[in-house]
Amino acid sequence: MTTTDEPRHRSALDDVARWLDDRLRLAEGSRRYWRKAFPAHWSFLIGEVALFSLVVLLFTGTFLAFFYVPDTRLVVYDGPYVPLQGQEISAAFDSTLRLSFEVRGGLVMRQIHHWAALVFVAAITVHMLRVFFTGAFRRPRELNWVIGVLLLLLAFGAGFTGYSLPDDLLSGTGLRIGYSVLLGIPFVGPLIGFIGLGGEYPGTDVLGRLHILHVMLLPAGLIGLVTAHLVILVRQKHTQKPSRKATNDNVVGEPLFPHQTLTSLALFAFTIAVLALLGGLFEINPVWLYGPYEPFQVFAPAQPDWYMGWLEGMLRLWPNWEFTVLGLTIPSTFLPGVILPGLIFTVVGAWPWIDARWITKDHDEHHLLQRPRDVPLRTGIGVGGLVFLLSIFIAGGNDVLASNTSTGLQTITAILRVATIAVPFLIGWIAYRMARGLKENELAVTAADPTRTEPASGPPR
Amino acid sequence: MAEPDRFPPATPAGGQTKADRWRRQREREDRAARWAAVCFLVAIVAALSLFAVYVSGGQVQLEGLALFVAFAGVGLGIAIWVRVIVGHEEVIEERYPMRSDDAEREAFEELYEATLGEAGVGGRRRFLVRLLTGAGASLGLALLIPIRSLGPGPENDLFRTEWDAGARVVDAEGEPLRAEDISPDQVVTVFPEGATGSADSQAILVGLRTDVETDLRQPTVDGIVVYSKICTHAGCPVGLYRAAVGELLCPCHQSTFGVYNGAVVLSGPAGRPLPQLPIALDDDGYLVALGDFVEPVGPSFWNMTRGGGS
Repeated sequence: MTTTDEPRHRSALDDVARWLDDRLRLAEGSRRYWRKAFPAHWSFLIGEVALFSLVVLLFTGTFLAFFYVPDTRLVVYDGPYVPLQGQEISAAFDSTLRLSFEVRGGLVMRQIHHWAALVFVAAITVHMLRVFFTGAFRRPRELNWVIGVLLLLLAFGAGFTGYSLPDDLLSGTGLRIGYSVLLGIPFVGPLIGFIGLGGEYPGTDVLGRLHILHVMLLPAGLIGLVTAHLVILVRQKHTQKPSRKATNDNVVGEPLFPHQTLTSLALFAFTIAVLALLGGLFEINPVWLYGPYEPFQVFAPAQPDWYMGWLEGMLRLWPNWEFTVLGLTIPSTFLPGVILPGLIFTVVGAWPWIDARWITKDHDEHHLLQRPRDVPLRTGIGVGGLVFLLSIFIAGGNDVLASNTSTGLQTITAILRVATIAVPFLIGWIAYRMARGLKENELAVTAADPTRTEPASGPPR
Repeated sequence: MAEPDRFPPATPAGGQTKADRWRRQREREDRAARWAAVCFLVAIVAALSLFAVYVSGGQVQLEGLALFVAFAGVGLGIAIWVRVIVGHEEVIEERYPMRSDDAEREAFEELYEATLGEAGVGGRRRFLVRLLTGAGASLGLALLIPIRSLGPGPENDLFRTEWDAGARVVDAEGEPLRAEDISPDQVVTVFPEGATGSADSQAILVGLRTDVETDLRQPTVDGIVVYSKICTHAGCPVGLYRAAVGELLCPCHQSTFGVYNGAVVLSGPAGRPLPQLPIALDDDGYLVALGDFVEPVGPSFWNMTRGGGS
């Protein structure tokens, strides 16, 4: 940059900027945010991967919506896919096949969309783990944690409604299971089910409704909550790892422009690149192989998208307890399908309060991140919970596991039942002990040499 | 100390002159600029090749690859640019506690009280606020009306299927079945005549072997049983039959049902047997139902034992 006294050359862009500033008074705010500090650590970029996946989802999804027909009425397939020619299939399935085989670029868009959905939920999950194990959810960020949990729920909903749309055999089976779990909600379950489907299963309205949820309500919710998430983030400023410079009273990092802007742009490009590679080379959800949905047909092994795996696993693992008390039947899916997921999401959503009340007993404002060792109990519970989810996720593939290991299915299920109860406690306890050991060792070193820095939790305010 | 410091101070520059360092940095930046340029060029070529692929009819793998190379090129070019040419820079922002200053809070509280009082909301007009709240709540409740219109209530639908006394048992093509057409260990997906493909009436007919003892709860025709095909767990079609052990297996969550024992649950998460269809032969030797299933088919629900018309 030159430092001469001559006036800078005025480009067209300058003129536009001046025109806008004349009307909107933008210079002051721009100057303030132009150099906003972004702490530089790779783990802060995981949330951005989720954001960029969402952008890819919105763009590819818009393209798909131009072709998809949410209609269960039957048509005769006359497209290029030979095995289905002449067969009666729903207009929805027909439009999915047309999109895949006849629209140029349609298949790559469809596959990128599906892969982006898987990466979206994965990035949210990893981002959430980062926030959990570093205590970034602590006051004042409880609200953004809850918004994040709601975003995860909406992502689940968007994923489920999305892969139910093609009206293929796999998606129909998933829908049937979801509807069955819904029936298990006390008393109002059947009513909700009938209202949702517009009648008895499978009904004729379900695809149109799932479609509106998938392309309008859920994206609106996602965009709204992401916006709130980011506004709060800017308002509260970033958390950071403690260092000699980084304290609870400042933010040390790279400026928004040019560093963070370029870094994010590069990450955006990499995210799209990886999704395009996956969508181009790795076949996903080949609905033409599954065939059209018929309520009386099914194939095995039927596996949902990965993020549904733990819910599926819970249904497979739970014992066949079904009670009739006072003339009321408690369906066998009620505890594993309704209560348990509800409980898990409640605990996760309420974690900032649980953590402050019982784990750290600390209700102060914190902007410095912790390391997992700094709060051994939280780390232990977090690792244990994660192992539990992993275990029931594995149970979601118990049939695949059984046929690949030539072990009996019931043996596998019995082992997984025991493992699901025992292993989380064991691994959680080991994680707790490790964290405590590391922490005590560090405190001993600090005590031996008082000139050393404070432990990472930072000075109390 | 033997322990490495967690936050070591930046090491001072080595024995180089300032000019040396400056020259080296310039060279480094020039090299990086060349690489970034190569990346962007590759991206341009890949993006243009996307047009070529499209015009020549489209090909999913090539489209994915071209997109990958184009975006990876852009990303890598920008990454080199920001990491090497722009380089590292640190800014430090001050941070203040999120809570407003006490003075600010109090000032707003005063303003709030004053304006609310002025509007007559805080004091004697409080009843107006309550009524307005009541009107809002009532209108909120009225929002349930359009939701309720989305579909009928379950009424009796969960308690009955299309099966009726005298309904002939037909296969998926609508062909009626005779008892003598069924051989031992044969399984056929069946429907009541006129309701082929019906989701709630789907049933599975199994040919029994004569050398195995049976324990059935419904009247049936010798050597044949018909059960609801909807799993009592999560509603999947119970589509697999392991003839050697006489077990129906649901492929979704692996519940197994013993066909010789009234489809009792042998293993897996299902909570109750598959309902059995009472069948007989009509005068022409065709299989017919003697009536509907005596209990609700499919997954259980809370008021299922209360009988119909909930």
